[in-house]
Amino acid sequence: MSRFRAAQSFAAPPDYRLLPFRFRRLPWDEARAFVSSMAGDWLLMPMQDVQRLVAHQLPTDSPLFADLEARHLVVAGTDRSSLAPLLSQIRSRKSYLLGGPALHIFVVSLRCHHTCSYCQVSRQETTATTFDMAESHAEQAVERLFEWPSQELTIEFQGGEPLLNFGQVKAITRRIVERNRTAGRTLRFVLASTLHDLTDAQLAFLAEHGFKLSTSLDGPEWLHNANRPRPSKDSYRRTVDGIELGRRWLGEDGVSALTTLTRQSLEVPEAIIDEYRKLGFHSISLRPLSPYGFATRTARRTGYPTEDFLAFYRRAFDHLLAVNRAGYAMDESYASLLLSQLFTSFGHGYVDLRSPSGAGLGAVIYDYDGRVYPSDEARMLAAMGDGAFALGDVSQPISRWLSSPAMVRLLEAGVAEALPTCADCAFVPMCGADPIEHYARQGDPVGHRPSSDFCRRNMGLFDFLLQRYEAADGEVQALMRSWAVPKSSMEEITDAAA
Amino acid sequence: MLPLETRAELAPSVKASLLKVVGLGDFAQSTIPLERLALDLRDVPTAHVSDALVGLPWGAVLPPIGLNLADAAPAVRLEGPAGLCKAGDVVELNPLQRKVAIRYRRGDTGNVLFATERCNSFCLMCSQPPRQVEDDWRVRHLLDLIDLIDPDEPSLAISGGEPTLLGDGLVDIVTKCAEVLPNTHLHILSNGRLRQPGFHAKFEGLHPNLSWGIPLYGDHYALHDYVVQSEGAFSETLRGLYALNAANQRVEIRVVLVKPTVERLVQLARYIWRNLPFVEHVALMGIEPIGFAKAHQKELWADPADYASSLSEAVTLLAEGGISVSLYNLPVCALDRSLWPFAVQSISPWKNDYLPACENCSVRNRCGGFFSWVTPAWTSRSVSPILEN
Repeated sequence: MSRFRAAQSFAAPPDYRLLPFRFRRLPWDEARAFVSSMAGDWLLMPMQDVQRLVAHQLPTDSPLFADLEARHLVVAGTDRSSLAPLLSQIRSRKSYLLGGPALHIFVVSLRCHHTCSYCQVSRQETTATTFDMAESHAEQAVERLFEWPSQELTIEFQGGEPLLNFGQVKAITRRIVERNRTAGRTLRFVLASTLHDLTDAQLAFLAEHGFKLSTSLDGPEWLHNANRPRPSKDSYRRTVDGIELGRRWLGEDGVSALTTLTRQSLEVPEAIIDEYRKLGFHSISLRPLSPYGFATRTARRTGYPTEDFLAFYRRAFDHLLAVNRAGYAMDESYASLLLSQLFTSFGHGYVDLRSPSGAGLGAVIYDYDGRVYPSDEARMLAAMGDGAFALGDVSQPISRWLSSPAMVRLLEAGVAEALPTCADCAFVPMCGADPIEHYARQGDPVGHRPSSDFCRRNMGLFDFLLQRYEAADGEVQALMRSWAVPKSSMEEITDAAA
Repeated sequence: MLPLETRAELAPSVKASLLKVVGLGDFAQSTIPLERLALDLRDVPTAHVSDALVGLPWGAVLPPIGLNLADAAPAVRLEGPAGLCKAGDVVELNPLQRKVAIRYRRGDTGNVLFATERCNSFCLMCSQPPRQVEDDWRVRHLLDLIDLIDPDEPSLAISGGEPTLLGDGLVDIVTKCAEVLPNTHLHILSNGRLRQPGFHAKFEGLHPNLSWGIPLYGDHYALHDYVVQSEGAFSETLRGLYALNAANQRVEIRVVLVKPTVERLVQLARYIWRNLPFVEHVALMGIEPIGFAKAHQKELWADPADYASSLSEAVTLLAEGGISVSLYNLPVCALDRSLWPFAVQSISPWKNDYLPACENCSVRNRCGGFFSWVTPAWTSRSVSPILEN
């Protein structure tokens, strides 16, 4: 008799158990479903098979069953299988929790030259120096920064326009670098700025400390100037000059740009993308308006329903593919983020799409007046008179912030897997909770997810990307997968800061 | 290919021992004591051989042909080709069986520290069938051998059998290598099965250039366990892989392209990318028609011509994810051209033979070729010379 045994004698037993999974009927094909594991591993399968799966009618020696096993949706023969891969995937997905907040935003001034109708930060006149960060607050904020355990710290300077208080940018940077001689963290510096009036002297300092620049560019000149009014009506030209100068000092990848989409923008996705191409960008971020700052007050003029954004996005995506097919590589950072969640098992650096909430657990904002917030949105709410999400101020140790009522409010609504409706959503392993946006829009951090713009937007984009991927030819599929693979650290920073 | 063992005539004073072969030109630089050296005088004119030289306390002396040494001298006369061993090699003398084995060859790219004959898997295609023998003595033996290996040796494999069955003996071997061969790349060929929690953690920081090659034959246990003929192997190997990653070990996944594995090759690639994205290299290897494989030709043989598209898809999937991929033991004429950059010429001389059909092939110099013992039943029907200038 042979010492070897046939394949059948190693087969799984006919009984199996279901592991926790979720499914969603495909909106474009009701006979099939997107089925996902606890860690967000997934496959598309006929609804009929979903029903057989749940009824324990699938043969355990079938290829479909092997696919389900390999994605950790079922288990047969618990003594011979292992949950280690599932646990590893979950750990990898949620790895952003391990180090503590990595993104630290210093608001050095609220002053700004612009009077943008959608401004997220309630800007102040350029002469209003009382809205600058004071020396004492800056010192304390740096002390707090090093109380966090994260080995990697991204320090982003923001405003208003941080260049209007560049002295403080320099002072804080120097203090952090000095303090880090003993602390030994990995530091990354970002300046979020219009880049207007950027000087060689400033750039010499930024280059010395390896800064990256993040700016706003809304599209072609007419659109950018319409969105971002300055009395001199030259915002576009000044930003483009700043981009060129920045690249000269910091390298081609030293400058990234974000687009804020107004109602006007929605008409011209092609023009916006072509503008980015013309300026040599290989990545674009198409951001819908946030419900904060002046944006809520002017929502009727500049705002739009999510459906309009999605229609815009589909058009933009098609154009982007055409640009890539014509030989110019450009990705859209939010698509890359969602595709990375679909096509890899990795976590990500983007704060708004985390569960538990990225606010407070992933990012901290040190405001010009010494107040501290878990996210930019919380700061904007406070600027509008609602301090529900204020953590405290820079004179307090971080343990006080972590035990603040704001943190409790955040965490109670901050785990998407435990929120009504989200708990059953097949996209939840790759999505976030974003309690502050729900509070701002719906008056409650849990919110009503079926009518939430956040859900409508993210689910709409997941659906769109999946459908688009399925229908695409091999070349486009490969392109979409290439966007999913983790990018250079620069793009992670931009994601985090977006 | 040179044999690893030969018959020999050993003088009565020769003891069973491991010795480093040295020539007259290089023994002066050696830091190894004379007792652990075999002085190679085979090419030295007899006029240059003095009693004083031979009378030093050598472990052995390989005398010039035709010269008789004093009876007390530890003379060793090798049969077989002269090139069998040379200065820098390590030989094992076995006076009882009158044999000399070559345990290390200077300049050879395929030197192996053979850890044990035992294995806890019983793979359908095993090229080196295991034996259940008590061979823990090999640990002592390898520790001695490591002392005699050139400190600038670029790479060594630690293989078996299953090296982790040595338990702490394997830890001792790697520790010893860290002491005397810190610049040598060590590659442990193991099935990775974690049986004792905490075992893999012992390798953390142990050697500056250590990696593991671990086979995975399926994306679910029924498939993997069948190929390695051992229930529970899949789950133990996965746990071992995570334990190695937790111990900051560099890991290569090795996949022998046997038929049942090939049938789910794309799924396996996806599984590796999703669950084991930390692996630094995936080696996809044509089957070696030797050992147990010969008894399972029907179950195991898959013609690369029949799985070309899934091979392409699997390679693409891994390469896109940033995991480097290599194809071994597959003739390039059986591969899609897009895969040629992944095809690697084997470093082992017995894997680089060619068929008569290869005579006029223009890409022979970049082809993995065939095992010396390949037969038509194990040869792709698509083998044909690539003719281009």
